[in-house]
Amino acid sequence: MPSSSNPSKEKPEKPSEKTLEPASGPLVLVVDDERPIRRFLRAALSTEGYRVQEAGGVADAMAKVAGQRPDAVILDLGLPDGDGRDVILKMREWTNTPVIVLSVRGQEADKVSALDAGADDYLTKPFGTGELLARLRAALRRAAQDVQEPVVTTGKLTIDLARRRVTVAGKDANLTATEYALLRALAINPGKVLTHNHLLRTVWGTGYETESHLLRVNISNLRRKIEPDPVQPTYVLTEPGVGYRLRDPDPD
Amino acid sequence: MSKDGRPDPEQILEALKQADSDKHRGRLKVFLGAAAGVGKTYTMLEAAHQRQADGVEVAAGYVETHGRSETAALLEGLSVIPRRQVQYRGVTLEEMDLDAVLERRPQLVLVDELAHTNAPGSRHPKRYQDVEEVLNKGIDVYTTLNVQHLESLNDVVSQITGVKVHETVPDYVLEQAVEIELVDLPPGELIQRLHEGKVYVAETAERATQRFFRPGNLFALRELALRVAAKRVDRQMREYMAAHGIEGPWPAGERVLVSIGPSPMGERLVRTAARMAANLDAEWSAVFVETPGGRSLSDEQRTRMAQTMRLAEELGGKAVTLAGPDVAGELLHYAKAHNASRIVVGKSLRPGWTNPLQPSIVDRILARGSGLDVHVISTADRGGARRGRRRPPSGPRFSWDLLPWQGYVSATALIAAVTLGGAALSTRIAPTDIVMFYLLAVVASGLRWGRGPAVWASVLSALSFDVFFIPPHFSLTIAGFQYVITFIVLVVVAVVIGSQTGRLADQVSLSRRREAETAALYAFTRTIVASHDAGEIAAALTRHSSETMGCPAAVLLPDGGRLAVASSTLGFDLNEKEMAAAEWSFANGAPAGRGESTLPGVDGRYLPMKTSRGVVGVLALRQDNAQVPLNLSQRLLPEAFASQAAVAVERALLSEEAKKAELAMEADRLHTTLLNSISHDLRTPLSSIIGALTVLTDREAQMDPTTRRDMIDTAREGAERLNRLVGDLLDITRLETGSLKLLWDWCDLEDMVGTVLEQLRPSLQGRDVQVRLEPGLPLVYADYALIAQVLHNLLDNAVKYSAEGTPITLSAERAGDAGDYVVISVADRGPGIPPDVRNRIFGKFFRIDRPGTGRGTGLGLAICKGIVEAHKGRIWVEPREGGGSVFAFSLPLVAVPGGDTGAELE
Repeated sequence: MPSSSNPSKEKPEKPSEKTLEPASGPLVLVVDDERPIRRFLRAALSTEGYRVQEAGGVADAMAKVAGQRPDAVILDLGLPDGDGRDVILKMREWTNTPVIVLSVRGQEADKVSALDAGADDYLTKPFGTGELLARLRAALRRAAQDVQEPVVTTGKLTIDLARRRVTVAGKDANLTATEYALLRALAINPGKVLTHNHLLRTVWGTGYETESHLLRVNISNLRRKIEPDPVQPTYVLTEPGVGYRLRDPDPD
Repeated sequence: MSKDGRPDPEQILEALKQADSDKHRGRLKVFLGAAAGVGKTYTMLEAAHQRQADGVEVAAGYVETHGRSETAALLEGLSVIPRRQVQYRGVTLEEMDLDAVLERRPQLVLVDELAHTNAPGSRHPKRYQDVEEVLNKGIDVYTTLNVQHLESLNDVVSQITGVKVHETVPDYVLEQAVEIELVDLPPGELIQRLHEGKVYVAETAERATQRFFRPGNLFALRELALRVAAKRVDRQMREYMAAHGIEGPWPAGERVLVSIGPSPMGERLVRTAARMAANLDAEWSAVFVETPGGRSLSDEQRTRMAQTMRLAEELGGKAVTLAGPDVAGELLHYAKAHNASRIVVGKSLRPGWTNPLQPSIVDRILARGSGLDVHVISTADRGGARRGRRRPPSGPRFSWDLLPWQGYVSATALIAAVTLGGAALSTRIAPTDIVMFYLLAVVASGLRWGRGPAVWASVLSALSFDVFFIPPHFSLTIAGFQYVITFIVLVVVAVVIGSQTGRLADQVSLSRRREAETAALYAFTRTIVASHDAGEIAAALTRHSSETMGCPAAVLLPDGGRLAVASSTLGFDLNEKEMAAAEWSFANGAPAGRGESTLPGVDGRYLPMKTSRGVVGVLALRQDNAQVPLNLSQRLLPEAFASQAAVAVERALLSEEAKKAELAMEADRLHTTLLNSISHDLRTPLSSIIGALTVLTDREAQMDPTTRRDMIDTAREGAERLNRLVGDLLDITRLETGSLKLLWDWCDLEDMVGTVLEQLRPSLQGRDVQVRLEPGLPLVYADYALIAQVLHNLLDNAVKYSAEGTPITLSAERAGDAGDYVVISVADRGPGIPPDVRNRIFGKFFRIDRPGTGRGTGLGLAICKGIVEAHKGRIWVEPREGGGSVFAFSLPLVAVPGGDTGAELE
């Protein structure tokens, strides 16, 4: 790991993948056609101990996903030789490697379609590296967790999936079946953005994808029961125009 | 349009503006609704406010609020012209004061209820006539109209609803409207509003009202209104496409095929098919199958064929000629190959008995055309040609005259018949009586075939009478004196009567033709008067000339110094020689080409479109089938068309020029502002970024960690500011170009407020934001991300422009009488907004620079306005009691579908 020894800013990027070879951190594939973006992502990631591979297009990305078996993929949606969404669809045919999507503002529809295709999370350009690293860590943690935790805890909220019990600061939250189903869907993927479509399908079933008012009303009711201040929710977080996510669970 | 040295544009503009307001008609906009109570007046007032905010001088000529406070509230802030009081049978009626409106001369007048009948004794019996007068004075008018008041729909509406509407507006009034805005409300909501007493219905009995406002009626009326609006849009699109030379693509759901042959009913078949296709919104083709035996077609039949095919093309169909021995087989083959769903065929004129062994084409198509709808058009009247004579002509139809010799032949036959009849009766009646029969025949010939045949008939009568009935028979000699007198009288009377009746018939025919020509000219004038676009006028001129003269036509307008085809019927192409003739006509202002004294050798005829100021274009005709020299109507009518169109084109060009100049100025102003603003706004953050980074690169070694950190933060802040500016510019561009598509969805305001507060947390810096949401607010149907952005911008402004530590209140509550919209407001304790800028503050790049506040992009509120208005909401600012300002916006509330959300099931 090229860690503390050299201050990150000082190291001008030589295009030398060799220097990273001995590292042992998780391998991240960065797919973006803009060299400056790749450069700064490489800098940010490698200082955090990740190994980094780069790809500039769909074909390149597919080859590297298959050949290098990265632990996570950071994927720009607008690529010169195709749509980033295709990469996700093809990947999801055979691997669950977490994918974090990069998009620009105003492309809510693209984000949603990428998430529905199987992406794990998204970031809107321009973004800070702190946010990226947090999302990446959460995604990798979810991927590593192959067995579903029976109890998900975040802050004072505890969701006991085995016993179908939800408590806030030790007190029973008294959820309706629908509210519980919603919270459960979010808790199974803690920290992951779930799209409106996904939640409506999971909780109400296929065919309800357009009945978004059901989702709004139930989320609102759910928050009233579990949030200390429903106007400023801390557990069930809104991703504007995309969906909802449960706050990252506390590490044990 | 001087070609040398352009005059000062300012002057032109001023002059044009003046001319514009004097001469040009005002623009009419109609707010069309399905029934009373859908909110037409409300919508009209909202639109009026918007225009007023844009700086247009608006006045309410007559607005009926029906005592609704919401509507009355909207009337506030508009200048209202006092109504005229009319005493009628002891009752005081209020009417729009037309004279006061004309005297005030606002740019835009609001006139409610277009179908209204004025009080007796008013200048015009109907309000729409008042409106026309206002329009004629160059004043724009906004008006409201229910679809049931439309003349052409009157019957339909009374059939549907059982209520006869007496106040009607002629359709042409609606046709004149530059814009129709459909105000639509689902019937369910309308009925609810009715029950809640929100719909004012004129003094009709309660029960009639109940009957009228049944869902069935309302659905039907709504459909009618939607159709009227849709038809209008469709027509506009077609006209636009025609005017701009765009072809298709037409949706090809159905395809209609019409089989035509050389029979005279081809025209009728083609028109039937065109109508059917129009109703189905389908493509259609006219197919002529040429059989090997068909070579023997007469010239007349060939001409007719060509005319029918041309008609098909003019009516928007495709003309196809196929060849093959079996007409039915070829037709069906073509139908399959081109996916036709319907075939229109004429029932053969040939009576069935002429050849019982050979089934007719219709029979064969019926037998073999499975899967096709076959429409058989019968020839109930065989006088198709004769019928065409009585109709005002609309095609190549100035050819009533039978071929000249036919009249003579017929007259001869008639006289022969009289002679035979007379011979048969000669034993029983005196020869002098037979004279009467001859006279009768002469009169008949004159009436039927005109002067020449009448005179011919009279001469023949005299001779026949002499030869057959005056002894000695079978010789021209006249024996008795009495017969000499009879003979002379017969000759004189016959010639006089014949020539008089013949002249009469000629005159009737002539006056019919005149009438038809006048009608055609009138129709044309009406079409172009409404148009202010040279391309549209060219298209109209082409269409009318081609239809009236029955030949291909084109209009050439100058484009960049050279003539170019602005509009043409299909199949009209101009080679170099033809173009030269057109150019000559344009340059010299005189006709050229076929039938004219200049360049008679070319195929086309070119007529200059002249006005007092010069030649504005050229009308080209290809009268292939016209005899040379041209007859009077062939010569004069197109010239009349051309000169009418010339005036219209000139007017259009002038107004176009004025508009262009105005637009250019506006664009210029905008560019300057944009450039000034952007270059400053871009440079400031860029300078700080570049500066900070340069310091870092050059001096990093000498820096202490705090300074280094400081430099890095400076660069980052600069970049973030740049990012905001780019984002805002993108948003405003998308909003203004209309490329922004709203993602409509149900939004929970509480959720939205939370999200925005979370986003703003860093810049709130612990400011006290009090959130007051009315309990039980329904979901709002809107674009979540965009409305969140409005909220974000408003809160961000409140934080930026009020002192630290002062509280900010965010509230949302239902408003309106019916609680049918929600008002979201952000209130601060800042310095407040001066009254004179409250309207301008939502404009682009408007900033109030105050010391101590950071510079925004000047786009935030403009973006808010754009977004809120895209949601059919309103945004405003008002002073806050106790200091500060309140920025508020309203959004309409829509009923949440199926109240059951499963929320409280368990």
